[in-house]
Amino acid sequence: MLDPNAKILVVDDFSTMRRIIKNALKSLNYTNIDEADDGTSALQKLRVERFDLVVCDWNMPGMSGIELLRTMRADPTMKAIPFLMVTAEAKRENIIEAIQAGVTNYIVKPFTPTTFGEKLTAMFGNTKAA
Amino acid sequence: MQQPAPHQPKAERTQLPAMRADFVNPFITSTVNVIGTMASIQPRPGKPCIKHDLRNYADVTGIIGLLGDGVEGTMAISFAETCILRVVSNMLGEEITDLNHEIEDAVGELTNMISGGARAELETKGHSFRMAIPSVITRRGHSIAVITRFPVVQIPFETDYGPFYVEACLHQSPT
Repeated sequence: MLDPNAKILVVDDFSTMRRIIKNALKSLNYTNIDEADDGTSALQKLRVERFDLVVCDWNMPGMSGIELLRTMRADPTMKAIPFLMVTAEAKRENIIEAIQAGVTNYIVKPFTPTTFGEKLTAMFGNTKAA
Repeated sequence: MQQPAPHQPKAERTQLPAMRADFVNPFITSTVNVIGTMASIQPRPGKPCIKHDLRNYADVTGIIGLLGDGVEGTMAISFAETCILRVVSNMLGEEITDLNHEIEDAVGELTNMISGGARAELETKGHSFRMAIPSVITRRGHSIAVITRFPVVQIPFETDYGPFYVEACLHQSPT
């Protein structure tokens, strides 16, 4: 189970999607949430703070989600951080590419809060924070 | 000269040739899925047609390029203000009453999601497209001139909160 105080980084270039993901996390009682609008700004936060989970879009200007994932997996200080890709890219080749890059789980937009919670459960077990 | 009212198709329409249904249906399916899932609104698709008036009258429009292997084009989604205010309010779980930056951002994300779903379905029919970043135009009653010699397919949708349109133009890439 993901610790109720887990620090979660939400990365998406659209503030709408960051809010939707934050709302879904808050509905699961996770409130220790930070955000970034692309891979570059996410990496800056990851290099100075400890995060327990990264929830990240794929297609962003600047550093994309897949580039952020590869950078994290190549860095010993970040390689073990669970990474949930949340993306509109539903093509099989994209999913395979993400798996090969070391993604922990993958959710295709559009999604409901229920689906989001189920993905977290698949990653961490029961995710409802106390 | 009097301007056409927003959202009212101005020109005569032509029935969509059946041979293009394979290209059009993924956009219908994806639009219904995205709006239904993210906003809990079930859009009612109308009959797709070839658009003769290549201008576009709407309050908010999201546009994204479609660039694939041998096929390219654009997809646009244009909302009436009443419709997009309800869609985004439902998405965010709070009332949005103005055409503000939150609306622009949400339409960009909706355009991205609808395009992504349609591209995934088109891939199963042998057409692969690359990712792209959407653009959004917000102004009440704006018009967009589409400069193309290829057919633009317009799919009208009705909701309980007003109409919106999805338009797609796909053609073979120049060799």
